[in-house]
Amino acid sequence: MTGFARKDLLGLADLDADEIRHILDVADQFRDVNLRPIKKVPTLRGKSVVHLFLEPSTRTRTSFDIAAKRLSADTFSITGSSSSAKKGETLLDTARNLVAMHPDIIVVRHALAGGVRMLAEALPETSIVNAGDGACEHPTQGLLDLLTVRRRLGGFDGRTVTIVGDIKHSRVARSAIHGFSKLGAKVRVCGPKTLIPPGIESLGCESFDRLEPAVRGADVLMMLRIQQERIHLGGHYFPSIREYSRRYGVNRDKLKRWARRDVVIMHPGPINRGVELEPEVADGGWSVILDQVENGVAVRMAVLYLVLGGRRTAATEGRA
Amino acid sequence: MSRVSESHRPILIRGGRVLDPASGRDEVVDVYLADGKVQDVGPRLAGQVGRKAERVDAKGHWVMPGFVDLHTHLREPGFEYKETIATGSASAVAGGFTTILCMANTKPVNDTGTVTRYMVDAAEACGLARVLPIGAVSKALKGEELAEIADMLEQGAVAVSDDGYPIMNAHLMRRALEYCATLGIPLIVHEEDINLAAGGVMNEGPVSTRLGLPGLTWAAEDVMVARDIVLAELTGAHVHVAHVSTAGAIRMIRDAQKRGLRVTTEVTPHHFTLTDEAVEGYDTDARMAPPLRFERDRQACIEGLRDGTIAAIATDHAPHGSHEKCIEFELALMGVVGLETSFGLTMRLVEAGELPLMTAVRALTSGPCRAFGLPYGTLGVGAPADVVVVDPDASTTVVPEKLESKSGNTPFKGWTLPTRIARTIFGGRTVYLGDGPGAGVVR
Repeated sequence: MTGFARKDLLGLADLDADEIRHILDVADQFRDVNLRPIKKVPTLRGKSVVHLFLEPSTRTRTSFDIAAKRLSADTFSITGSSSSAKKGETLLDTARNLVAMHPDIIVVRHALAGGVRMLAEALPETSIVNAGDGACEHPTQGLLDLLTVRRRLGGFDGRTVTIVGDIKHSRVARSAIHGFSKLGAKVRVCGPKTLIPPGIESLGCESFDRLEPAVRGADVLMMLRIQQERIHLGGHYFPSIREYSRRYGVNRDKLKRWARRDVVIMHPGPINRGVELEPEVADGGWSVILDQVENGVAVRMAVLYLVLGGRRTAATEGRA
Repeated sequence: MSRVSESHRPILIRGGRVLDPASGRDEVVDVYLADGKVQDVGPRLAGQVGRKAERVDAKGHWVMPGFVDLHTHLREPGFEYKETIATGSASAVAGGFTTILCMANTKPVNDTGTVTRYMVDAAEACGLARVLPIGAVSKALKGEELAEIADMLEQGAVAVSDDGYPIMNAHLMRRALEYCATLGIPLIVHEEDINLAAGGVMNEGPVSTRLGLPGLTWAAEDVMVARDIVLAELTGAHVHVAHVSTAGAIRMIRDAQKRGLRVTTEVTPHHFTLTDEAVEGYDTDARMAPPLRFERDRQACIEGLRDGTIAAIATDHAPHGSHEKCIEFELALMGVVGLETSFGLTMRLVEAGELPLMTAVRALTSGPCRAFGLPYGTLGVGAPADVVVVDPDASTTVVPEKLESKSGNTPFKGWTLPTRIARTIFGGRTVYLGDGPGAGVVR
């Protein structure tokens, strides 16, 4: 299948390699819009995009908002708590109320896996874009990670991508595993056994519980954020940030000893400086972290455009 | 029970294949019911029966003791929007069950004789099935202090359980077992180490990893089964493991039985039919406790039924309202209804050659009764006139809206199951008719 003909983007697990490549190609075109003096194209003029963020997020929501506005869409933000079901209105009721106001796209972030899928099934007339559902997927993050690597390394064949950190709770990791393996890269995950979920290999990767073998030979090191709350949640995942950082954090010394000289360092943000990454690594020549952010807006523009079924390839030559 | 001794018309069930595991009988004979009891079972009884007797033609049908379910949740008192004792009884007889045991996690909890008495009275008032309450082990199911178990027994309880919750305190469990041994009743255990469970909402494995849902390891069940087998040995009490679901637990129970310990268990139809793959798409009708497990566990459940380690098929019938299920998976309440699909799902196993017919029927009749010392589940002369007549050649399609239960939370929606319940008789009175004029529950 070429092109992208779905009404929703719920996860990279649903897409085939051609669909993913198509989204990246369209995103590449939208990148140029973001570099012009007038950062606007009329592609989604008159369309309504609702950001339904039931889990806190500034970066992703801002990125989607900028993307929607640059496409000339009207945007509206609703924030709330994912546990609203306990306090009153269920997710479906919230969504049905929204739909009665005829939005074209609802961008949803939810703390519980599966909520986004439930919405997509219940709202057949509205496009749903997953901005992160629990520990399941964060497909636009996966796509911007893919675009960043493609631009930096030219392609995925023969490449190895290593993801380090709290794999167990990470939707970023899952989307990355789906995306990178479908496009032909080898994927490794690395962390203490407490943070590697059972059966992760069946998604298409190899798991390591020591950093050195995971880093050796890898073209890309994707570092995941370690959440301080994880220690105190009673999960007993690791005894302290210090111990985690010493064994799984990346610094210049480890890069010099183990990594390829041209290794690419990625991070979905926000970075815990000094935990996953030494500041000098985060800011150094290996890092493409800011490119990821830039590519994020382009990818989200592509996704918003594609889910509405637009097949206008020349739309980016603005008619504003 | 006053209802039973009312003089209903005697009933002669003619020409059906009588399957009675308690006696080993499997033959085409007549069954004569009068005065609320089985009066005779044998060939050509028509001549001995008066003209007033209702004649039921059971040719081509199976005639079995009314089924017995050791594990249901009837939600009354307190949660009547999901189910009541009356609607639960209706669901039972529609599924061929004439005796059901109901758990104590009502509101208020059934931890006193008063609530037990209420349940018994409510069941008698609707008169559709025999409802035997299971009282709480601990006050308010908190797992801290013993409830007044003897008081509940006096009011009609037949066993105790904190089902829904594990009893984490081993010392309390020991004393509870000793107390139950004194009273001669089984203690039914819900085996789940709350700490190891760590907030899991489905079986921990590749499926939970892919779906991004917190996983509940099989080890949470096994460690508690191991512990309670040790306590059964220490106390000599009867431990009955509710809704067993793992290969490891079944293996340990088998070994315990071989060693002569009084450990029995039951399995639900959903555990011998489905695996964690059923959660695909975040179907909340596939969320229950214990969760659906791996294929190897499902196979162990069937093997356990085959070799008798598992004495009973028990539904763990757990109705929930749609607002409690049509929400995010992690927030959805745990449990599925099961009374009206239990026999059909059991027959699926039989038709696939995985379970002999008599073994299957035993697990729904004499098996559970023998495990709990209950005088039901048999068609012997003098037994209560509780009978189910089944059409083995028909089939039943599961339509949640059409179930007798108030709730429709079943993972088997849309399935077509073999056999159909043609008639259910409780205490000599027909309480359910599967087809024909007047089909449905007969109140």
